[in-house]
Amino acid sequence: MLEWLGDRLAALGRWGLAAGQRLGRGTLFLLATLWALPGLLLRPGLVVAQLYSVGVLSLLIIVVSGGFVGMVLGLQGYNTLVGFGAEQSLGVVVALSLVRELGPVVAALLFAGRAGSSLAAEIGLMKATEQLSGMEMMAVDPMSRVIAPRFLAGVLAMPLLAAIFSVVGIGGGFAVGVGLLGVDPGAFWSQIQDKVDVFEDVANGVIKSVVFGFVAAWIAVFEGYDCRPTSEGVNRATTRTVVHTSLAVLGLDFVLTALMFGE
Amino acid sequence: MRAGTEQAMAAEPLVRIRGLHFARGSRTIFDGVDIDIPRGRVTAIMGPSGTGKTTLLKLIGGQLRPAGGSVHVDGEDVHALSRRRLFRLRQRMGMLFQSGALLTDLSVFDNVAFPLREHTRLPESLIRQMVLMKLQVVGLRGARALMPAELSGGMARRAALARAIALDPMMILYDEPFTGQDPISMGVLVKLVRLMNDALGLTSVVVSHDVAETLSIADHVYLVADGRVVAAGSPAELRASEAPRVRQFLEGLPDGPVPFHYPAQDYAEDLLVDGHA
Amino acid sequence: MGNSRRVEILVGLFVAAGLAALFFLAMKASNLSTYDAGDGFEVTARFDNIGGLTVRSPVKVAGVTVGRVAGVEYDMETFQAVVRLDIESQYDQLPRDTSASIFTSGLLGEQYVALEPGAAMEPLADGDEIRITQSSLVLEQLIGQFLYNKAAE
Repeated sequence: MLEWLGDRLAALGRWGLAAGQRLGRGTLFLLATLWALPGLLLRPGLVVAQLYSVGVLSLLIIVVSGGFVGMVLGLQGYNTLVGFGAEQSLGVVVALSLVRELGPVVAALLFAGRAGSSLAAEIGLMKATEQLSGMEMMAVDPMSRVIAPRFLAGVLAMPLLAAIFSVVGIGGGFAVGVGLLGVDPGAFWSQIQDKVDVFEDVANGVIKSVVFGFVAAWIAVFEGYDCRPTSEGVNRATTRTVVHTSLAVLGLDFVLTALMFGE
Repeated sequence: MRAGTEQAMAAEPLVRIRGLHFARGSRTIFDGVDIDIPRGRVTAIMGPSGTGKTTLLKLIGGQLRPAGGSVHVDGEDVHALSRRRLFRLRQRMGMLFQSGALLTDLSVFDNVAFPLREHTRLPESLIRQMVLMKLQVVGLRGARALMPAELSGGMARRAALARAIALDPMMILYDEPFTGQDPISMGVLVKLVRLMNDALGLTSVVVSHDVAETLSIADHVYLVADGRVVAAGSPAELRASEAPRVRQFLEGLPDGPVPFHYPAQDYAEDLLVDGHA
Repeated sequence: MGNSRRVEILVGLFVAAGLAALFFLAMKASNLSTYDAGDGFEVTARFDNIGGLTVRSPVKVAGVTVGRVAGVEYDMETFQAVVRLDIESQYDQLPRDTSASIFTSGLLGEQYVALEPGAAMEPLADGDEIRITQSSLVLEQLIGQFLYNKAAE
């Protein structure tokens, strides 16, 4: 029994040490990435190309999901509010949920699944096929040529995607609430304009999505760069990217919400 | 530290490795290796799999740091250079990876143009001419628009070769250039290595375990095993060698100084032991 | 080259759409458009109880929003709440004897300050105090009063 407990403790310790090591490697890697960012000013084309694959290609899933989430919010919100005779507040419910929470969080989760996993897989494959090594031997620094533009594109794309998600969602809520359920369109908008605060709600939502973008892009490029250069390693890196990003986003969301709206 | 006269420069080897030690984890890969690679020649470094031949190339290119010893390339201590100076030195080295390591999102043309675009500010028209020249040398001028995924293994290596010579380097490092090739593309690659060395005045380092092909083009051969250089000389000298290690490697004998059996306890005893493995 | 141009255009569209979405959220879907540039005037009013009134609650006359609550303080000497009201400058013709009450919009809605214009000739000016006020109605007190009255009958 004692021996069994010892084994468990040792396993826990090993896991903790490995996790600590990874965190340390990840932090050093992040510093190296940030160090390589200023060089991108001279090569904006690299970032534009990555914005395409990270941002433009994520647009479809963001728009479709945003629309459906907004429509569901419209339906559910209406059914709850109509019980209090407060269906005029539907716009507020939809807009606040999206701007404060669902926009940044769901957009970040979708981003992890769509863009983060493909970033990790792409970088992992470049490592497995010696492309990163090859670049180094061609005297080209992979940090500034491969990693930094992808990281920056992720950080830049995230708030834009979250904002698009929120706007499309509000549109979806409007379509269901006003078009289907007969809420007064004037009340819908005026209530939103009355209750959604530009600093308290919109700006805080943007701050959240910037933080999520930073973390999601960091995890994706790190997992790709740190993976074992085999097909199994790449596979694990993509899975880990999605899992770790989702956990980090949800955890951070709680912390940020507590900081922003907690008082 | 530079040698004074032209003559001394020519006599001095391009790469000089002294007392090289390298370990990966607890496993010792190199245990005091001395190698000289003369200018303008094809030098082959041969040895069984797992003797760290690729590691040796990475040590020469400065991608790995040795635990001890030194690597001098063209008079510069590779591992004492600043990152900037190391990158400058690497621009004068080409490396052909086993997989080719072509950038998968760029066409053959853009792959060959990649080092030119990264390191020079040449106009696009001039880059085009240079790329076509390099592709002509390896016979892939017609394949310039293909993507790496559309190339066969041999073609990918030839494209990578064109990229390796894009900046007109002084030296090319070949990592297992002949492995896994069909006889025809093997023949093409063998011819190309020799041809480029002589026509472009390069220094070539070929790391390989393909005995016949490598010996047919090498001017000088090092045989590496167990972390040491076990034999060195011209191909003819090696073929004439009576050393059992050399004989085993060159003739591909299953048993010899490198035993067929992984080290184990006595067979009969092992069978008689009761219980678990 | 044609391909990379297409990528650039699409990325340009993406960035433009994202910025437009942010702009929309800031201007159309929030109260930024109702922030005035601070060219209004400020009056104060004292209440015994402000209930759930908070900063940025609306100030209404006849149901029309004319301003916002700029601040809520507590006066240690009179044991009253001092509410600063920021009234937009175009509503500068409110009589001096205007009264202020705290009402709730709907049964569960938010609370706001309702101004009831008086009959004086002079208008309210910056720094004036509204003398006549009616505090927020506290539901528990109303119910308590009701029960007390019932019991007294």
